[in-house]
Amino acid sequence: MARQFMKGNDAIIMGALAAGCRSYFGYPITPASEIAHAAATHFPALGGVFIQAESEVAAINMVYGTAGMGIRAMTASSSPGFSLKQEGLSYIAGAELPCVVVNVVRGGPGLGNIAPEQADYFQVTKGGGHGNYRLIALAPNSAQEMCDLTMLAFDLADRYRNPACILADGITGQMMEVVEIPEPKLVPFDHTSWAVRGDAATRDNLISSIYLEPEVLERHNLALDRKYQEIKQREVRFEEYRTDDAELVVVAYGVVSRIVYSTIDEARDRGLKVGLLRPITVWPFPTAAIVKLASRVHHFLAIELSTGQMVEDVRLAVEGRCPVHFYGRCGGMVPGGAEILAQYEQILAGGQR
Amino acid sequence: MAKVFEKPASFYSEFERKSAGGKKTTHYCPGCGHGNVHKMIAEALEDLGVAERSVFVSPVGCSVFGYYYFNSGNVQSAHGRAPAVATGIKRTNPRAIVISYQGDGDLAAIGTAETIHAANRGENISVFFINNAIYGMTGGQMAPTTMIGQRTTTTPRGRAEVVHGNPIRVCELLATLPAPTYITRVALGNSKQIMQTRKAIRKALQNQIEGKGYSFVEILSPCPTGWKMDPTDAREHLVTVMEEVFPLGVFKDRSDEVEANAWDRTSEPFDVAKRHEYLQAMQTPLSLDPVELPLDLNCKFAGFGGQGILTLGLFLAQIGMKAGHQVSWFPAYGPEMRGGTANCSVNICRSRIGAPTVEHPNVLVVMNQPSLEMFEKDVRDGGWIFVDSGICTSEPDAKRLKVTMLPATELADQVGTAKVANVVMLGAICAATGIFSADYVKDTLRVIVKKRDLLEMNLRAFAAGWDAVAARRGQRS
Repeated sequence: MARQFMKGNDAIIMGALAAGCRSYFGYPITPASEIAHAAATHFPALGGVFIQAESEVAAINMVYGTAGMGIRAMTASSSPGFSLKQEGLSYIAGAELPCVVVNVVRGGPGLGNIAPEQADYFQVTKGGGHGNYRLIALAPNSAQEMCDLTMLAFDLADRYRNPACILADGITGQMMEVVEIPEPKLVPFDHTSWAVRGDAATRDNLISSIYLEPEVLERHNLALDRKYQEIKQREVRFEEYRTDDAELVVVAYGVVSRIVYSTIDEARDRGLKVGLLRPITVWPFPTAAIVKLASRVHHFLAIELSTGQMVEDVRLAVEGRCPVHFYGRCGGMVPGGAEILAQYEQILAGGQR
Repeated sequence: MAKVFEKPASFYSEFERKSAGGKKTTHYCPGCGHGNVHKMIAEALEDLGVAERSVFVSPVGCSVFGYYYFNSGNVQSAHGRAPAVATGIKRTNPRAIVISYQGDGDLAAIGTAETIHAANRGENISVFFINNAIYGMTGGQMAPTTMIGQRTTTTPRGRAEVVHGNPIRVCELLATLPAPTYITRVALGNSKQIMQTRKAIRKALQNQIEGKGYSFVEILSPCPTGWKMDPTDAREHLVTVMEEVFPLGVFKDRSDEVEANAWDRTSEPFDVAKRHEYLQAMQTPLSLDPVELPLDLNCKFAGFGGQGILTLGLFLAQIGMKAGHQVSWFPAYGPEMRGGTANCSVNICRSRIGAPTVEHPNVLVVMNQPSLEMFEKDVRDGGWIFVDSGICTSEPDAKRLKVTMLPATELADQVGTAKVANVVMLGAICAATGIFSADYVKDTLRVIVKKRDLLEMNLRAFAAGWDAVAARRGQRS
């Protein structure tokens, strides 16, 4: 297994190569462009496909073409570009095609800026495009996870025939860390029964999301929903740190979970019983884990680089069992440890509701 | 009237996917041109022996249900995106024969970008463009090819140039691009025209089979329903009126000049062994050589852009990696970039690293005055601060911090170039903290600095920084 010091964005392509991804279609945008740069270097070197598309819209539709062959394909972008991909994602989810999309989130709304934010939580976890569908959404917080979760995303996408998203942020994409590059492994899925590859074996198949009769489209939607319920049952991933005896549990993902992690021990030294719950899958959300904690902890605190998006899922899980607080920075401002510790002090002193 | 074709095998004899209105008739209106074109394509796929490896990409529009009819692989695509979808299929499997079948709204309005760029890339696909100058499926609205004066549901007083612009002539537009191999406009107005259409369709497919690149066939086609005419009048209208705006002809044909397979792209299946080998080669050339770390280093390096601030961080982080520790490097990015300063955060830690950003460093290097003013206060009590004394005009608080004033840029100049002032600072950091020996760092630089002349310069710069600090402590590099 090779080790290398690399950017989170580069690590995504290492994971994609190890996962057997064949084709990359993308459009440049800061702070996600290194993903396209790495793809342009490595995919052709391995006989794979790299195309810089004319638009985000074209890129996601090229992914639709390859994904419809049951062959691993991906694209990556950042917030404004990800918004443009919503049409294609809806079609891909509707046609039940497996693929991986990456969103290295930057500041919004509109053109915003290129600094890190987490304000795309809604559009990534709640569907984003038209219709009843979900993306499987994984939120890495290190360069290693950018690699590993990309690999996992391809497997989940194939297993459930659904697009999977890497929800990263500007910092996770831009920072460099040591990455253990995983061993490539065979893709353990045979999609001959539904894919369209341009060969005799798949000649009778159809890739489509159109169901003209309301009864049939309802059945399709209900079948999709059953799939999503199954994913919710089986694929929740999260990490806890010192939640065992915590009075205050912080819920944070991505880079914010790193900053929070670095405050927990210090909070304990100050006598503040704080723990961290980090969703690794933001969809499906670790609702059950929060429900379990909610029966005994006194407070939850969601910290995000947004004005409050994931906090809604925390509140839905807690269902009023205890107060759910929120602290957020946005526009590219990133909270420091001291600022976060002050929140703990205030909440545990009973000052803030 | 059109010649009655035998149904080829690549055209379903019964339309099982069709839900309403009988399985033997198409969903198209009487007198519509789509049915003619479908059959000519199906017949060509069969005759050319490629039906089995064909993929028909249906658009959004009247031909959205193309998959009812074609006994081939079928992919239904979003409005206007068929050429992008076709690209995704063709590039990944160049052996597939890929057809992008589109109407005027799909191809020349909402999908203009996809159309032009697929043509410009010379995608080895066949595009069939049904131009009937109207949106049929959605209810007779103006198409990009609707003619001046033509009444539609969205041009009730007729299309007017000053309001709606002019009809777009797609063949003429695409013919300006160098990549396309074959661009032609044909029509379905009479049997002679239909025979020409048949030939054009075959040529477009033949080109793809031979790897000759992008072929585009525009077919003027009647829409009696949208035009509110009976089928015979519609065919007549096509010849007498529509051809005036959209002249028939070949706009580009390099089919005979382009060599076979010239536009074939390769795509190799996933090969685990090949990827294993490729990824193994990513291995860092730095071999693990553990060095004990007496404390975690949380470093911030700041200065002007161009002073090698980010590289200084990268060098130190890689030294930390070689020493077997957790390391992170994060370049200032976003709001911190104000004031022309560049900075980066580096953590070298014994255990899992929390925040990759460094809020309170215990090692700070500042190479300009604004950075000194901005970051000195953040350094933890007793931390190290390294200041380029030739550039900064004030001195930090020596009572609170371990201060090293060093004319790094001048020392670098003496070594040969001011560009290595960052490595002078690296020497100073290593000498002052005493964690990494001079030989250890020099060995590391020998691996990570690839260019030989640059390496020599870096080694001298490192020694200069080290010696300047060590002299004060009685050590030599």
